[in-house]
Amino acid sequence: MRIYFLMILLLCSVPLLSQSCDYTLSGVLTDLHDGSVLEGATLIVAGSERFVVTDSEGKFMILNLCNGTYSIQVSHPYCLTKGYSVTLSGDTFKSFKLEHHLEELEGISIDGRTIRNQSKTLQENILSKEELERFGSRSLGDALASLSGVSSLNTGNTVIKPMINGLHSSRVVIINNGVRMEDQEWGAEHAPNIDVNAIDKLTLIKGAGALQYSGDAIGGIIIAETSIIPFKDSLFGSTQLGGASNGKGTFMTTELTKSFENGWYANLQGSLKRFGDFETADYILSNTGINQQNAFLKTGFKSFDYGFEVFYSLFKNEIGILKASHVGSAQDLYRAIKSDRPLIIDEFAYDIIAPKQEVTHYLLGIKAYKRLGELGKLSFQYDFQRNKRLEFDIRRGSDKGDASLDLELDTYSLRLDLDANTSDQSSFKVGVAGSYQSNFAPNTGVRRLIPNYDKYDLGAYLVADYQLDDQWLFEIGARFDHTQMDVFKFYRKSFWESRNYNQLFADLVVEDDGNKIRTNPKLSFNSGSGTVGVVHYLDEKHKLYFNYSLTSRIPNPSELFSEGLHHSASRIELGDLTFNPEIGQKLSFTLERKEERFSYSINPYLNNILDFIVIEPITTNTTIRGTFQVWEYRQTNAQLLGVDFDASYVFNKALQFNHQVSLVKGVDKIQEEALINMPPINTTNEFVYYSSKIKNLRLALQSEYVFRQNEFPDTDFDIYIPETETYESVEVSSPPPAYHLLNFNSSIAFGFSEKSTLTVGFQITNMFNIYYRNYLNRMRFFADDLGRNVSVNIKLNY
Amino acid sequence: MKNLYFLATVLFTILLASCSKDNETPEAVNEEELITTLKVTLVPVSEGNTIVLTTRDLDGDGPNEPVVTVSSNLTAGVAYNGTIELLDETKSPADNITEEVEEEADEHQFFYTIGSGLDVTATATNLDSEGNLLGTEFELTANTASSGSLTFTLRHEPTKPNDGLSSAGGETDIAATFSITVE
Repeated sequence: MRIYFLMILLLCSVPLLSQSCDYTLSGVLTDLHDGSVLEGATLIVAGSERFVVTDSEGKFMILNLCNGTYSIQVSHPYCLTKGYSVTLSGDTFKSFKLEHHLEELEGISIDGRTIRNQSKTLQENILSKEELERFGSRSLGDALASLSGVSSLNTGNTVIKPMINGLHSSRVVIINNGVRMEDQEWGAEHAPNIDVNAIDKLTLIKGAGALQYSGDAIGGIIIAETSIIPFKDSLFGSTQLGGASNGKGTFMTTELTKSFENGWYANLQGSLKRFGDFETADYILSNTGINQQNAFLKTGFKSFDYGFEVFYSLFKNEIGILKASHVGSAQDLYRAIKSDRPLIIDEFAYDIIAPKQEVTHYLLGIKAYKRLGELGKLSFQYDFQRNKRLEFDIRRGSDKGDASLDLELDTYSLRLDLDANTSDQSSFKVGVAGSYQSNFAPNTGVRRLIPNYDKYDLGAYLVADYQLDDQWLFEIGARFDHTQMDVFKFYRKSFWESRNYNQLFADLVVEDDGNKIRTNPKLSFNSGSGTVGVVHYLDEKHKLYFNYSLTSRIPNPSELFSEGLHHSASRIELGDLTFNPEIGQKLSFTLERKEERFSYSINPYLNNILDFIVIEPITTNTTIRGTFQVWEYRQTNAQLLGVDFDASYVFNKALQFNHQVSLVKGVDKIQEEALINMPPINTTNEFVYYSSKIKNLRLALQSEYVFRQNEFPDTDFDIYIPETETYESVEVSSPPPAYHLLNFNSSIAFGFSEKSTLTVGFQITNMFNIYYRNYLNRMRFFADDLGRNVSVNIKLNY
Repeated sequence: MKNLYFLATVLFTILLASCSKDNETPEAVNEEELITTLKVTLVPVSEGNTIVLTTRDLDGDGPNEPVVTVSSNLTAGVAYNGTIELLDETKSPADNITEEVEEEADEHQFFYTIGSGLDVTATATNLDSEGNLLGTEFELTANTASSGSLTFTLRHEPTKPNDGLSSAGGETDIAATFSITVE
């Protein structure tokens, strides 16, 4: 009897065995209410141990399934887990919807995902954790520059400042875990003080979205968010180790999260990075190392009614500045430009000596929220930031080893936001914010570049959107800011008089000792900003965005108060006390197609900026140290016209092609010439091979082509060279030639227990070790850019 | 709406309360490494007038140009012992920077660049601790009657020893040109 039974079983199983089981179930997971995609959700095939996690676009793919009916359990940290029954006949595409309950309960301002749907009518570009990890050994600026429309203004290869659609510095606002970064972002050689490893998600808005944080983001906004904490008892973490050949550097980053079902949680992250001198295709870039430490800690409690979070971040780095770039005068600069190699090349070293920067950024924040019955949800945030910046030059005598520039910028801010209860079709948010900022510059024996000042800012905003039907969404927002500055500054008498300030601003003078004039300017600015936008859903695949924004940015301290030699740039920089705020008006259109096979987005824009503050050379000044070029800030009307294009084509499950191209044209409308430092046209093309069968193997080959910038203002100037008794032109304006880089990127993941995976990454940048110089790198006068870099990293999730 | 007004008031109060840091009168910065003046004294080895060449730029990198003076013309056939003095005349009494340069002699060097029309020769006479040229003291010989430019260049952290200005590298601390006549 038993034999018969077994035989019947065996017979039954024959058709099952012969059935082909290589079908794929793929699809997209979206939110039931707003249709937004859900990332990081887990889909489990019931009765097996197979599971997949949705990617940043909410997509998933389960391979090697048979025809038949499966039970799929779908879970997401913020949603109620739901089971679905799916019948497979061949490759099947199925979309699931989850009810995004818990996140709504848990509220916007506590979970790290503080800024959901910043601007609904501006397209957002997002870098996920997985993409950010590929930049673990590099910087935030490098990661951002992988997005279309973003380039970077570099000082060497460790000071990477993001540039959005041709604008940078004070025109780009960075929000870190809900806090607007105040880190002396005005300087071109000041990079953002955020560690790329501390970020879970990076969102880029190419325009003035996020009015609740700022009304002055003429260039755009970058939002860095830390990881979301699930609503369950769990303990998990990850550790990543990496090494790179160029700079002989290593880095380590580790993160640990503990959460409880009752709502309490804690998260800890830390990273260390150390690199020595980098090298070009053929020589060492002496004194270009970096030494960086970062720590982030947050803890809190969340529930439906209320919650709070306390967080602390410490970012510290020491960055060497190419030794050969430290020049005394225009004659030295001329020699450096004429020489095709840096004038100083030493042996490889990890030590960082002057010239260098040391920056420490502390951030402490407290957030809380409470539901107020009918009214809506009220959120409160207080934060304190201290940015301590030291710049070391090569000095003489007893000052040797002391910083030349020492600035301490403290910012306290408070904000209160109300997310009003409205209908399902609309949302309405209003808030007020105030901040106090104090800059303190101790006496270093070198004249202060930025004076001591106190700054007070008070702002109020309102943003609302309305979903008319399934085709139209409208958005409107407005913000008003009042800013006061109380400045304590010494002017050199010769400068004060040469600018006619003795007539214009006689009332600001406090004391006059014959050489120096002590002044106390009190400045006050009112600025308004606003945005209107529409999203039109053409069909299932196509979406059209339109946004108009009006922004105003008050002049920063360096634009107002600079008056003298900027050592690190070896030029004299002159600010102007009479400046008005810049007013930017940006029109942006985006046509987006999202589909399984072929997706693209095309984003033309026009940015007109009234009273745009630009710094440019006007003359030269002879001093006892030699000749210096004098750069003066002035206000003009600028126009930036550009387009960003992204496309991807999926050939099959394994192969995908990605394309990006960005173009921007910047014009000074008054002088009728090109704006300086505009990114040249650049295009990136990439083939990605992916196999879930071979341990999630991912291979990517990327080509990056940067054209020569042909539009630039001519700022060359003549100097006298005593050795040859001739006048020579210092060619500071002509851009370097076009270049093409090939990069390779791969990763493979091994799962060795239910909860642990080990991911190994291998990368090569500048594969053919070519020589090139980048127009947007301030070191291009002195040395080539980086040569080949081979890097390996290992990441363990547990 | 009442709630909002109340909250705005609270916000304001906390904000103002936090503004207690005292920035008031900042300490005036006396620039410590400023060199305002380069003074070259040429004393004839045998007999004749002492000649003083001066360039003075009291506002440093400010808008005013340096004031250059040459006390008198050189005499053909005369050898001079030259000494270079660097001063910061914004201080009272003036700071002597030459001392600092001489203390860090191995990191500094003066170079003399003679214009094509001028028939003089100049050689450094003092050395640093490594036996390389420093050049705050030198010997200048006025050969035949002629005129042209004479430039004194001080380099900080040059390559030492070197074959002259073009291969010295380093950062220029001083570059002062004088119009000289030998009669």
